Amino acid sequence: MNKTVNQKAWFLILPVLLLVAFSAVIPLMTVVNYSVQDTFGNNQFFWAGLEWFEQMLASERMWDALGRQIAFSAIILAIQIPLGVFIALNMPKKGFWASVCLVLMSLPLLIPWNVVGTIWQIFGRVDIGLLGYTLNAMGVDYNYTQNFYAAWITLIVMDVWHWTSLVALLAYAGLQSIPDAYYQAAKIDQASRWKVFRFIELPKIMGVLMIAILLRFMDSFMIYTEPFVVTGGGPGNSTTFLSIDLVKMALGQFDLGPAAAFSIMYYLVILVVSYVFYTVMTNLDKRDGH
Amino acid sequence: MEWMAWTWPTATFFAIIAATLITFTVMAIKYPEAPRVGILRIETTRGDRLFITLLGSAFLNLAWLGLFDVPQWGALIVCFFYALAVFRWV
Repeated sequence: MNKTVNQKAWFLILPVLLLVAFSAVIPLMTVVNYSVQDTFGNNQFFWAGLEWFEQMLASERMWDALGRQIAFSAIILAIQIPLGVFIALNMPKKGFWASVCLVLMSLPLLIPWNVVGTIWQIFGRVDIGLLGYTLNAMGVDYNYTQNFYAAWITLIVMDVWHWTSLVALLAYAGLQSIPDAYYQAAKIDQASRWKVFRFIELPKIMGVLMIAILLRFMDSFMIYTEPFVVTGGGPGNSTTFLSIDLVKMALGQFDLGPAAAFSIMYYLVILVVSYVFYTVMTNLDKRDGH
Repeated sequence: MEWMAWTWPTATFFAIIAATLITFTVMAIKYPEAPRVGILRIETTRGDRLFITLLGSAFLNLAWLGLFDVPQWGALIVCFFYALAVFRWV
């Protein structure tokens, strides 16, 4: 049967296109315009050429923030993805407890970012926080406002608490869609638990896992609210990630030109990583024959 | 439009990008093509290759600016050959 080709369907995406134009394309163009000019406010601009890009590329501050950002994203991915899959593998498959688990797992996902930040900010405080007070009472020198490691560990544990459920839920959905026949075949072959995971479950959940990795990478790479609320980028600059540094530069110092150049480079990195993930995902789908 | 702080160079830049996108859209309608697999071992159409070219060119320009103390148009020459390579082999 021949499929009818109807290009009129393209008009249906027109509203989205308009929305994206106003919410993304026009602001992005403005940022590009800002990045080649200097301003002292009052909407007066002076041509600066590629000066800000040059300045940003040579800026230790930006490279440091980028390094911290990559480290943060790498650490939380290395924890959340295996942990999420492990939790999904151990969740009940059906019945009352499956529902209980699903509800409990989705609770952290429903909490707004700034509330998550506030919860952990208070939880970790040395004077009144349950975690901070208890650790110090046990003799552990824990103070996220003064200690580099304490600040990083707090942010990482907070992010793991907040987002591992997302990975677990996605992996759980992937596992649920595997037909029983695969497990029966594995049983006939007397496959070990590890082999079942390696050759049946992992390949089958690879697609959703890639989505989970992409989502977690994107979110962690542009993280702002939680570290801003908990540590404010400190102690010193030790938790000043890219977004925090960018906001400090653009709004705190009103250096619109350098901040715009910074944003464009930040955006390019995200674009590359997203494109790579997207390509890998679509190619996985094609290989599976979807 | 004044709030967007337009300049002639940035306007020209976006005009070229827009013209390229329109050209490639028209080409895709007039001369449809099948995706092919190149050295990256992924399926690409002309549009994909354009995207890879533009994105790569942005990084080439930044690298040129950050690493060498020579005029920026040199990067455009490198980008031109990069674009030829992408359209030929990717």
